[in-house]
Amino acid sequence: MNPKDTQLSVRNVNLSFGGTQALVNLGFDVRQGEILAIIGPNGAGKTSLLNCLNRFYKVESGSIQFEGYDLTKIAPHRIAGLGIARTFQNIALYTGLSTLDNLMAARHIHMHSGLLQSLIYWGFAHREDISHRMVVEEIIDFLEMEHIRRSIVGSLPYGLRKRVELGRALAMEPRLLLLDEPMTGMNLEEKEDMARFILDLHERQKTTILLIEHDMGLVMDIADRVVVLDFGVKIAEGSPQEIREDQQVIKAYLGEAR
Amino acid sequence: MAILRPAGEFDTSYASDMATIRRPWQWCLLLVFLLALFTLPFYASQGLVALVNRIGITIIAVQGLSLLTGFTGQISLGQAAFMTAGGYVSALLVNELGWPFLLALPAAAIAAGLVGLIFGLPSLRVKGFYLVMATLAAQFIIPWFTRNAFQDVLNGAQGLNVQVPVIFGVEFNTPQRYIFLTLTVLVLTTILAFNVTRSRLGRAFISIRDNDLAAELLGVNLFKYKLQAFFLASMYAGLAGSLAAHQLRHINSETFTLIDSIIFMGMLVIGGLGSNLGPIFGAIVVEFLIEAATLLGPFVAMIFPAKSAGVVQALRPLFFGTSLMLFLIFEPRGLAYRWQLFKAAWRLRPFSH
Repeated sequence: MNPKDTQLSVRNVNLSFGGTQALVNLGFDVRQGEILAIIGPNGAGKTSLLNCLNRFYKVESGSIQFEGYDLTKIAPHRIAGLGIARTFQNIALYTGLSTLDNLMAARHIHMHSGLLQSLIYWGFAHREDISHRMVVEEIIDFLEMEHIRRSIVGSLPYGLRKRVELGRALAMEPRLLLLDEPMTGMNLEEKEDMARFILDLHERQKTTILLIEHDMGLVMDIADRVVVLDFGVKIAEGSPQEIREDQQVIKAYLGEAR
Repeated sequence: MAILRPAGEFDTSYASDMATIRRPWQWCLLLVFLLALFTLPFYASQGLVALVNRIGITIIAVQGLSLLTGFTGQISLGQAAFMTAGGYVSALLVNELGWPFLLALPAAAIAAGLVGLIFGLPSLRVKGFYLVMATLAAQFIIPWFTRNAFQDVLNGAQGLNVQVPVIFGVEFNTPQRYIFLTLTVLVLTTILAFNVTRSRLGRAFISIRDNDLAAELLGVNLFKYKLQAFFLASMYAGLAGSLAAHQLRHINSETFTLIDSIIFMGMLVIGGLGSNLGPIFGAIVVEFLIEAATLLGPFVAMIFPAKSAGVVQALRPLFFGTSLMLFLIFEPRGLAYRWQLFKAAWRLRPFSH
C-alpha cells in the first residue's frame, strides 16, 4: 500500500448509551503511515471511539473500514489478526505474568501451536517458542526494558507498566497502533521517553498510529494531523498548526472569549 | 517480586533459559525423589502406600482443576462429577466391551473431557459466582443421570462393580501394585501440566484469567480457550476417576460427591492457585491433615466420651475448614508462593534484598 492511502476510514458512526449520544455522525480517515492524534475534553468520546474500533462497543450505524475489512462485522478476537493493536488508558496488562511472558502472550496471533502441540511441547511448540522469544527480546531491547524482563508486571511502577503495555502492543507487529493516553500520569522524563519510543517505532516500521492524548504540547509536536472531538462531534480536523488557530477548538477548550 | 535466578549461573541459549529443570543437580534430585517414590512399596507400610496412592489420584484431579481455575480463572465445582463420568466410562468399557485397561483409561479421560465441554459452555456468558452455579449443575445432573438413566447398563443407585486393571498379564489388585499405575499417570499428567502452562496455550489461559478484555483484543478466542481449559480439566478428572474406580473396584453416584469437589478447590487454594506445584502441595497437606484428624480422633473422643462417635466424624471437616480459613487469611497465595519466597530468600542469603 502506498503512503497517503487511506488505511482506516470511519464513516457516519453513531453510538449512544441510554439517552447520551457518545459519538454523533463521526467520520474521518487515517492515512497509511501517519500519526493521527485525537484530542478533546474529558467525555468527548475518544476512548469510546477506540472501543468501537475494537468491537468492545457495537456501533449503532455507520461503517468502519480497515484495509478493506468492515470492522463492525468482525468478531472482536479476529481484529488483532488484521493488524490492529492497542494500549489502554488504565493499563490492562496480565498482572500475574512477567514482562517477558506478557510480550510472549502477545505473540499469540503469530503462533500456531494448538492443544496437542502445547501438551507435547517438545518439538514444534518448543522451536516456535524460541523463535518468537527472539522477536520479543528485540522489542525488549528497543524499549529498554532488559532490567525488568523477569519482573512480575503487577509489581512494576506505573511508568514502566505503560512501557510494557506499549511493548505488548508492538509484539503483535501491528499495522495500526491505537494508543489510548500513553503518557497520562507520567513525569516529564517518562513522557519524553515515551514520545521518543513512539517516534522511533514510527520511523523504523512506518506503523500507522492513532493517538489519544491530553498533553497538548506533546500532541502538537509529534502528530501529523489532529482530529478534535467535543461531545461526540468532530469539530475540527487538520495539521497541528491549523488546529492551534481554530476558533471552535479554542472555544471547546477554553470557553467563549469575552 | 522478580523471578530470581541464582547468581553466577548464566544461560547461553534461549532453550536453556526457558527450561523448567535447569541444572544437572536438579535433574539428579528429581530422579532420586522419583526413585524413592516408585520404590515406596518395598520399604513402606501398606497403610502409607495406600495413602500415597490416594494422594496421587487426588493430585491428578486437583491438577485438572488447577488448569481450569488456577490458570484460566474459571471457577468450577464440577470436578468430582467429571470423575464420576470418567469412572463410569472406564468401568463400562472394561466390563461390557472387554477393553484392556490401558485403552479404557485414555478413552475415559476423553469421554470425561467431552462431558466437561458441555458443562463449560456457559462459561462464555457467565463469570465468577454465576459460573460456579453453572458448574454445580454438573454435580447434580451427572450423579442423577447415573442413578436414573439406562438402568439396565448403569445399574441405578447400586452402581457398577469394576474389574481390577490387568496390564500385560499383571493384576493391579493391591495398593503396593496399584501405586505404580497411579504414579506413572501422575508423572505424565504433571509433565503435561507443565508443558501446557509454559506454551502458547498456557499463556492464552493466563491472559484470560488476568484480563479477559485485553486477551480478546490480543487475538485470544475466549470461547475456544475456555472450552479447551474445561476439556483439559475434565480429562484430568476422567483419569483420576478411572484410576479411583478401578482401585475401589466399585463406582456409584455417591463415590465422588460435591464435598470432594469442594475439597479439591480447598486443596488448590491451600497449595496455591496459578502454580503447577500448588495441586501437589495442597493435596498432600490436606490429605495429611485428614489423616491426622483420624489419628487424633480417639484421643479427642476420650475427652468427650459421651459423643465419641460424632467427635471423630467432626474432626475432619473441622481440620479442613480451619486450615482453609487460616490460609485464606494469612497466605491466600498458597504454599507454592511460600515455596517461591523460601527459594528467593535462600538465593539472596545473607542479604534480604
